[in-house]
Amino acid sequence: MVLVFYVAIFVVSMLVWGRIKAHRGRHDFTSLKTVTFGDESAIQPDRVASVISILSVFLIWGAFTGSSIVPLHVPGPFVGEAGFTYTARAPEGAEAEAEVRVMVHEAGVAPVTPEVPEGSGFAKGDAAVVQAWRSVLLRPVENDGEGAVVVAINGQPIAVDDRVEVTGGTVTLTPRGALNFQAAKGWQMEPIWLPAPEAVVARFVEIATNGYQNTSLWGHLGASLARVMAGFVLGSIVGIPLGYAMGLSGWFRGWFDPIVEFMRPVPPLALIPLVIIWFGIWETGKVVLLFLAALWIMTIAARSGVSGVKLSKIHAAYSLGASKAQILRHVIIPNSLPDIFTGARVAMGVCWGTVVAAELVAAQKGAGMMIIAASKFQLTDIVVMGIILIGIIGYGIDILMRMAEKRLVPWKGRG
Amino acid sequence: MSGLIIDNISMRFDLPNGAAVQALQNVSLELKQGELLSVLGPSGCGKTTLLNILAGFLAPTEGQIVLGGKRVVGPSPERGMVFQQGALFEWMNVRHNIDFGPRMKGMAKAERDRITDHLLETVGLHDFGEKAVYELSGGMQQRVALARCLANDPDVILMDEPLGALDALTREKMQGLVLKLWKETGKTVVLITHSVEEALLLGERLLVMAPRPGRIFREYNLPFAERGVNMDLREVKKSEGFAETREEILSMIWGMEEEIMGKKEGAA
Ligand SMILES: Nc1ncnc2c1ncn2[C@@H]1O[C@H](COP(=O)(O)OP(=O)(O)OP(=O)(O)O)[C@@H](O)[C@H]1O
Ligand SMILES: [Mg+2]
Repeated sequence: MVLVFYVAIFVVSMLVWGRIKAHRGRHDFTSLKTVTFGDESAIQPDRVASVISILSVFLIWGAFTGSSIVPLHVPGPFVGEAGFTYTARAPEGAEAEAEVRVMVHEAGVAPVTPEVPEGSGFAKGDAAVVQAWRSVLLRPVENDGEGAVVVAINGQPIAVDDRVEVTGGTVTLTPRGALNFQAAKGWQMEPIWLPAPEAVVARFVEIATNGYQNTSLWGHLGASLARVMAGFVLGSIVGIPLGYAMGLSGWFRGWFDPIVEFMRPVPPLALIPLVIIWFGIWETGKVVLLFLAALWIMTIAARSGVSGVKLSKIHAAYSLGASKAQILRHVIIPNSLPDIFTGARVAMGVCWGTVVAAELVAAQKGAGMMIIAASKFQLTDIVVMGIILIGIIGYGIDILMRMAEKRLVPWKGRG
Repeated sequence: MSGLIIDNISMRFDLPNGAAVQALQNVSLELKQGELLSVLGPSGCGKTTLLNILAGFLAPTEGQIVLGGKRVVGPSPERGMVFQQGALFEWMNVRHNIDFGPRMKGMAKAERDRITDHLLETVGLHDFGEKAVYELSGGMQQRVALARCLANDPDVILMDEPLGALDALTREKMQGLVLKLWKETGKTVVLITHSVEEALLLGERLLVMAPRPGRIFREYNLPFAERGVNMDLREVKKSEGFAETREEILSMIWGMEEEIMGKKEGAA
């Protein structure tokens, strides 16, 4: 359902924007290319598409959660008075009809029990309340005399496990003769599955001001970031020199190659149990885990940075009179920086993902701890907020790294 | 005296599969201080190998190189190199590329700057000192490479196809620059090239090498480089003897290429 909406928005906005663009006409170099399919340089991300993409995620999110910030909603759950009539049969064969009224109320609203309707004959009316989305077990024949059973709903004969659509929900006859009334769910999601965007924002504001579980929001995020930084810095301090050594000495390369190549494909998450056994579940364990996550990536990045130096540059430096130390300092290290930056970007991404996962296992604070603790209390809004924050921070880290790369290694790819 | 003596050099590469390539066989040559030698030959005849031995990056299997009475055992700043392209340090600006050698020696900044400014002027890049090298055109980059080599004041300059990647027009200008710098500085120069014309224009002496095994095939003493110092290079090409020599060498190299092709077909 959601997918259909999403694809529809995608296709419609693409066609509409294509029309608008064609109408306005663009006159830059790319627009003069007659062959763009397969010409990678002619493909620019359409910023309008990005904006519509983000908007449509919120639109669909809002539409399916009954959000007040979105004008259009898919049908929500039934709220109000539902009801049906049932036909009871007494043991001796007489039949009588009575009405059942069910008040379907929103969560958190005190329900008003409907008036008990009168019945006819021996069947007496009944009343019940139920929260939207939920179901309630009714025994309308309980007050209809000994041995009465339900044989029809709204005049429709019913057998065990049959389902009858009634106003505001569906009714099923259970094997033990009771009626299960399920309030109509509509297409929207229950807040416990997916809260509306504004609920998440409200939760964000609340946690940003009051904190969560004795730690401020910034405390949680800061704890995660601090672990990432600690692990990444330690991993770099060990990994980069190790990578250089592997790039410069056959003995080092021979010695560490099997270890590095073996550890590289092991996902850091698979190390969590062992790290917990060795270093405990608290800070040390996490930093060790992140250290290991960053270590191999940085080692490989530094090694390929060294191996990638053009021999003619080294030869040039030698015949200009540079010593080995000078060549390392002025040629090999600067030449490897672009690779190291690429590695650092990957390592930061991996570390950020790993820290959240490690915090899901055990932590007193941190972004991952926040969402796992909230999920235990079914506070889905906090979970969603946490996921969004984790995504934003991960994206932010990558953008910062890319900016740093542009500033610090402007020669990347221009050798 | 600082002549360059190539004393009966042989170089054999033993391949991992047990075979061996005789890249050079009994190459001997003597260059006087200030001579410009250009080296021509079909691909694979050992030109780069010879230059690497001269630079000290490779030790020959037989023979020795002697420069200024001393045997060459490794790379040294007295033998400067100019590579085809991509040997500049793109993390340094033009100025720092040029003064790399003096800087590594620990020369004082004022002295270094004096040398660099002078060289920037000489190669025609006076306004480009603070530019990043990747912002320069290919021809400008090779000017920087020449200046970087000269900043170190080497006795011998070794060039492996320094102008090979340039377009025809830029190449012609750069040939003029190489001639000018050679005359002004009086350095001994060994220049490897694929262009017969370039070899004739720049080489006071010219070596034609033949492959399998790599050896000296013919040696020439040529007047064109001397003419080129005072004459437009296009005039030199029209001058007496140029066209004839060019044809002679071209057919010589074509002959070798055909022989190689023939051998290959025979083997296959
Ligand atoms: N490191 C090496 N290992 C094995 N064989 C080598 C090595 N270097 C060069 N050779 C061989 O030595 C021969 C001469 O090579 P070289 O690079 O000196 O030729 P060249 O004349 O410079 O060729 P080109 O004009 O294509 O640059 C070639 O047959 C080459 O295959
Ligand atoms: Mg070569």
